Order: sequence, then C-alpha cells, then structure tokens
Amino acid sequence: MTVLQKKPTSPIDHLSPEDIEEIGRELDAIRAEFIEKRGASDAAYIRKVIDTQRKLELGSRAVLLFSLFPPAWFVGTAGLSVAKILENMEIGHNVMHGQWDWMRDPKIHSTTWEWDNASPAEQWKHSHNELHHNFTNVVGKDNDLGYGIMRVDEDQRWHPVYLAQPLWNFINACFFEYGIAAYDLELGRAIKKKLTKTPAFKAKLRATGRKIRRQVTKDYVVHPILSGPSFLHTITANFTANLVRNLWTHSVIMCGHFPEGVQTFEKHSIEGESKGEWYVRQMLGSANVSGSNAMHMMTGNLSFQIEHHLFPDLPSNRYKEIAPHVKDVFERYGLEYTTGSLVSQVASAWHKVIRLSLPNNFMGTNATPTPLPQREERPVAA
Amino acid sequence: MATTTFPTGDAWRPLALGRSIRDGARRLAELAATPLVPADYLDVFNPLRRGADLRGRVVSVTPETEDAATLVIKPGADWAGHIPGQYVRVGIDVDGVRLWRAYSLTHGPRADGHISITVKAVPEGKVSNHIVRDCRPGTLVHLEQAAGEFVLPPEGGKFLFVTAGSGITPVIGMLRNLFPVADSGAVRLERSADFDVTVVHVAPSEPHSIFIDNLRSLDEAGMIRLVARYDDEHGILDVDDLDELVPDLQERTTFACGPAGLLDALETHHAERGMTLLTEQFRVTPLVVGEGGTVSFLKNGTTLEATGDRPILEQAEEAGVLMPSGCRMGICYGCVLPMREGSVRDLRTGEITTAVEGDGVRIQTCINAAAGSCQIDH
Repeated sequence: MTVLQKKPTSPIDHLSPEDIEEIGRELDAIRAEFIEKRGASDAAYIRKVIDTQRKLELGSRAVLLFSLFPPAWFVGTAGLSVAKILENMEIGHNVMHGQWDWMRDPKIHSTTWEWDNASPAEQWKHSHNELHHNFTNVVGKDNDLGYGIMRVDEDQRWHPVYLAQPLWNFINACFFEYGIAAYDLELGRAIKKKLTKTPAFKAKLRATGRKIRRQVTKDYVVHPILSGPSFLHTITANFTANLVRNLWTHSVIMCGHFPEGVQTFEKHSIEGESKGEWYVRQMLGSANVSGSNAMHMMTGNLSFQIEHHLFPDLPSNRYKEIAPHVKDVFERYGLEYTTGSLVSQVASAWHKVIRLSLPNNFMGTNATPTPLPQREERPVAA
Repeated sequence: MATTTFPTGDAWRPLALGRSIRDGARRLAELAATPLVPADYLDVFNPLRRGADLRGRVVSVTPETEDAATLVIKPGADWAGHIPGQYVRVGIDVDGVRLWRAYSLTHGPRADGHISITVKAVPEGKVSNHIVRDCRPGTLVHLEQAAGEFVLPPEGGKFLFVTAGSGITPVIGMLRNLFPVADSGAVRLERSADFDVTVVHVAPSEPHSIFIDNLRSLDEAGMIRLVARYDDEHGILDVDDLDELVPDLQERTTFACGPAGLLDALETHHAERGMTLLTEQFRVTPLVVGEGGTVSFLKNGTTLEATGDRPILEQAEEAGVLMPSGCRMGICYGCVLPMREGSVRDLRTGEITTAVEGDGVRIQTCINAAAGSCQIDH
C-alpha cells in the first residue's frame, strides 16, 4: 500500500455538521454535570494524593541514606520511582492544567505549582496546555507528534535519517524529562529560525538551565552527600528512579496519541473550527489505556486520555466516572473509542514508530490526516 | 576590602556561629527539597508549627442559638495574639473551595491560647451556613493575624455599646475579657475597676439573641447595665430613644456594631449631640451581580466599561491592556489573573464567580465576562 491509498472514507463522513454541533452540546452538558458535582470529596482526594506522595518521597529518600545495603537500595529506589511518577503525572501534570484551581488554594494552583522535572512549569504550561491541547494531532502544529524529531505520519516525506528513529525514540524515552525541556524551549525551531540569540530565547534558556541545575544538584549532589558512605549508591538509586520515571511517562504519553487508530489532522482542516469540531478532533486524536485503578493513578489518569483531552481542566479523579458518558456519545455517533491494554498500546505505538522509520511501501500503512467533513478539498498528498 | 574567607571575629561568637549553622542547614534543606520548599514537607506533619503559613485547627463547635455557633480554634504557633474587639480573617474550605470571611474574636486572650469566633448563619451565606451546620472539630482553617481598631482604651472610662444581632460578637469579646466568669460567677478584676459599661442590645426576638445569657448574668452580677430590646416585643429601635434608655448617655463613649442602617442612624444622632462614636461593620451589602460592569486593572491603571456578553480578555485588549493569554477557549489557563473584588460570569456555563475584598480569586479572563464591577490585579 502507499500513502495515496488512503482510507476511502474519513471516520466522520457519516456525520453532518449538525451532528457535530450536537456532539459538542452533549459534551458541554457532561462537563457542566461534573463541574456541578465537583466538591469537598475531590479536594480531599488531591490533598490525600499529595500527602501520600510527600510521605512516600521522604520515606524513600530516608531509606536511601543507607543505600549501601542492597535491600535499602532496592526499596528506596522503588519508592522514589513511584513518588516521582505520582508527582509528575497525577499531581504535577494535572495541577498545572488548572484542574484544581477551583479550590482557590494557592498551594495547589496552576499559577504557583513547580514540578520535579527538568522543564520549568511556565514553559511546559505554554507548550502543553496552550499548543498541544489546542492543536492536538494537527500535523505541523502539534509538536507532541514526534516532538519535531520523528516521522509520525505517512504524509511526512521519508528520509534515510528516519531509519534511526526507533533509536531516537528509545533515547528520548530514557532522558524524557530533558527531551521535554528542549521541546518546551522550542529548541529545534529556535535553531532553525536562528532565534537562539534573541533575548526572549536566552531568558527561557537561562530559566531551563536554572531548573536543571537545581534538579541535578538535588538528586546527584545533596542527597548523595547526605547519604555519607552510601554516596555512590544514592547516585545510582536516584538515576534509576529518574530513568524509571522517564520510561514510564514516555510510554504513557505515547499511548495517548500514537497507537494505531488515532487520527491526525491537516493544518488547514482546523481553520475556523467550531467548538463541536474541536471536540470531535479531540475524540479521534486520543487513545485510552485500560487497566486497574493503580495503573490509572500511576498514569495520572492519562489512561483516560480521551476524557482528559475533552475536559483538560476537570479533576483527574473524575475521568473514570466521566468515561462511560463519553463512550456512550462515541457509540451513538458511530465513532471509534480507541482503547487497549497498556502493553498492547505501547506495542502499537512502537510498531508505528518502526513502520514510519521506513519508506511508506515497506509495511502496512494506517494513519492519515483526517479532514473534517465539510472541508473535503483535501489535496492529494505529496 | 577583605578577600579572605576565613571567619572574621564575629563568626566565632557562639551566637553568630549558631546562626550560620542554621542558615547553612536551611540552605541545604532548600536544595534537598527543590522544586518544593522544606515547608511543603513540614506542613504534611505539622501545619501549625512556627514558621508555617498561619493556620488553625477547629477544637470545638458549640451551638449558641439554632442558627449560630461558636468555633474554638487552636491557632498556629505564630499567632501574635489579639485585643478583644478585633477580628480575624478566616479561610475555610466550603465544598472544597476556600472562602475567606472576617469574624470578631469573641474571647479575650485565653489561658489555653485558643481563639474563638461566633458565627450566625445568614440566609444564602455560604460560609456562615457551612460553619454553623457542617463544620466539625479537627478541620484545618487558614488565618490571618487579628486586626481592627474597634478596641477599648486600656485606661477605662464610661462606655455605651450599641449592638444589633451578631453585632454583639466583638463586644462579647471585650466584656468577657473585662469580667471573666469564675465558678463563683463574674469577677470584676482590678484592671476593669475603671470600666463603666452599659450595653443596649437589639435582636429580632429573644430566642435569636446570641450571648443573651452571658449579658444577663453580667447584668445580674452588677458588672454591666443591660438594656435588651427585641423587635417583636419593643418594636424596631429608634436611636432617639437612647437618650431615655441611657440617662447618662452624654457622659459615655459609644461603640456600635450592627447593620449599616443602625450605624448610619447612630452617626447622625451622635453628630448632632457632638458625641464620640466608634463603629464596626462587616460587609453586609451583597455585591451586585448583573450583566457587564466596570473592570479596573489595578496595576495598569486602566478602567473600562465591559459588556456582559464578551470575555474580559478581548475587551481589555481592545482597551489597550497588555493581557496574558493562551488558547482563548478556556482550556490552557494561560490567561488567569487574580480578581481582588467583583463578580464574573463563565460564558460557557453561566457560572458566577465572586471575590470579596482581598480575596484574589484567580479567574480565566478568556471565558469570563464581567458580571458587575470587578477589580483585577494586573
């Protein structure tokens, strides 16, 4: 198959513009229902998670003071890995989305939160909340698609350099927090457009440098020194915890928008987009992960990626409850609710990375940009 | 200029050494806690410790009448104390949302270091109803230091208190401090020997009158003279009746706390007679919620008349205010700014968000329209 043999019909061909606006109204109603429900139990939930995470982190770091002893190293590293994942996913990501701003607690607020990650909150909020959530899966606009370094769609011209993309993707996964920091800096764009000397870019670079210096000092200098004779063991423990966190978060993020079945969109298809069309794009551009409650918690409820993309500012603990309502909308309008187990979604995403590292006619083709129905004037792909 | 890093004279002194060790330890703790601060971890274990943001823990909730209750609160270690008559701003989570209100402290300084406030549930009052009906011992509340000028001069004198309804709350704090109740009844302490107090207390009816038992027993013990007036029994108080109710009115300094109407009438009455009047009033006039309103940007200095059908963000930009912004559809939170006071309406849901003076509620300007006048800290 080649890229020219795209799917004969778009997955939303059967929907009229009125249907799409009705979907928008139905989703707005779901949102309103859960805003109405949001209250003391939600507030108690996030406080409990934060409280638990802090105790787990302190406890793990205390155990690692004796990381010279293998059991202490193992227990401390495992605990710290979980603490870092919780901090980044269920707490940091969601707080910075403004999911908890309604509590009016200045300590749990999108404007004041800083997370345990190389990228400064301010820059992450811009590239994630503003760009990625707005331009979800729009090729050329949503940098989360391949982070500007990968070929993510058949329509992107193949080049031999992409043969190495499975390797890039693996390296990016290992050092994901630095990948995010570079991406939030829009480093690639700045170099290409020769913006690296501008005061604005330099200021952002300094902020990132400061953040990374603090993070590195904490994990690789201060805590090791406090560990005394366990100095080196604490360094390896902290490195391992960061690695585990990076691999995990990278996998979760890949599951969100990369598995087969998730649609990408063309730049011009979102011009003058209505709220209903925006909702439909979020519905088709995201994929869920099924699993246990513990797994949902560890993904920061990004396992409910579809619900999160529809309602990015609703509290994460509610996504599970929202999901059946959303799924019902998918079913009634004949749309595909993409979901699968963590293993199958990660495998699917990796399969796509490998497939697209090769020219189009090597392996099966699948994802193609989806135009919204009233904009059928799709040009034949280059 | 000395270039040596060797500790100079001062640093060898135990005190200075202790301080530099403390500073070093603090710096180390900061490095170890980043991106949080050490306080974030300490708060998990002891939110009332010295150096923490000022908070308090509710020790007990005692009903006073069917719609009023007294909260005894253990304040954080940094509570600086108060003078009876002062108020404290309390931040309490109602349905998960932190709301701040000011309440009079209804005790003098207590031996156990606790503080108390008495709250009357007002119709539609989110916070007061929550405190009276749903607040439980153990709840963590947020506090500011006591404030207010509504206090008695320490040297004593002749005073008249005119209080209406929950306006008794700052006054009861003063009276309890002057005339503490021991097992044998109210005691006139040496320091209160020079206080001659008359209380004119107004309430809709006797059962609704908070602290009436305290006032009566003080009256019976001869500590104060109480004139209780109930609307259902005596009719609405006419301030001109004060001359009759309090024969030595002219010799007294008046402290009044109650609704605006009463305070205004008293002000006129006292001004005519050249008498001194001190008043205390908490906001009772609700913010007017409507369509559109005057939006003031406090730092920028711009004021504009905003309509109620379009986001504040757009209208402010049109007026030349440089606004933070992002997705412009309510999802990215790149445009949030603190609203000091006022009301806005969420254009998507119609939901109203209101900030009372000093609140600093953060609002998304891209999806909120003015619903009354608002002051934005930008």
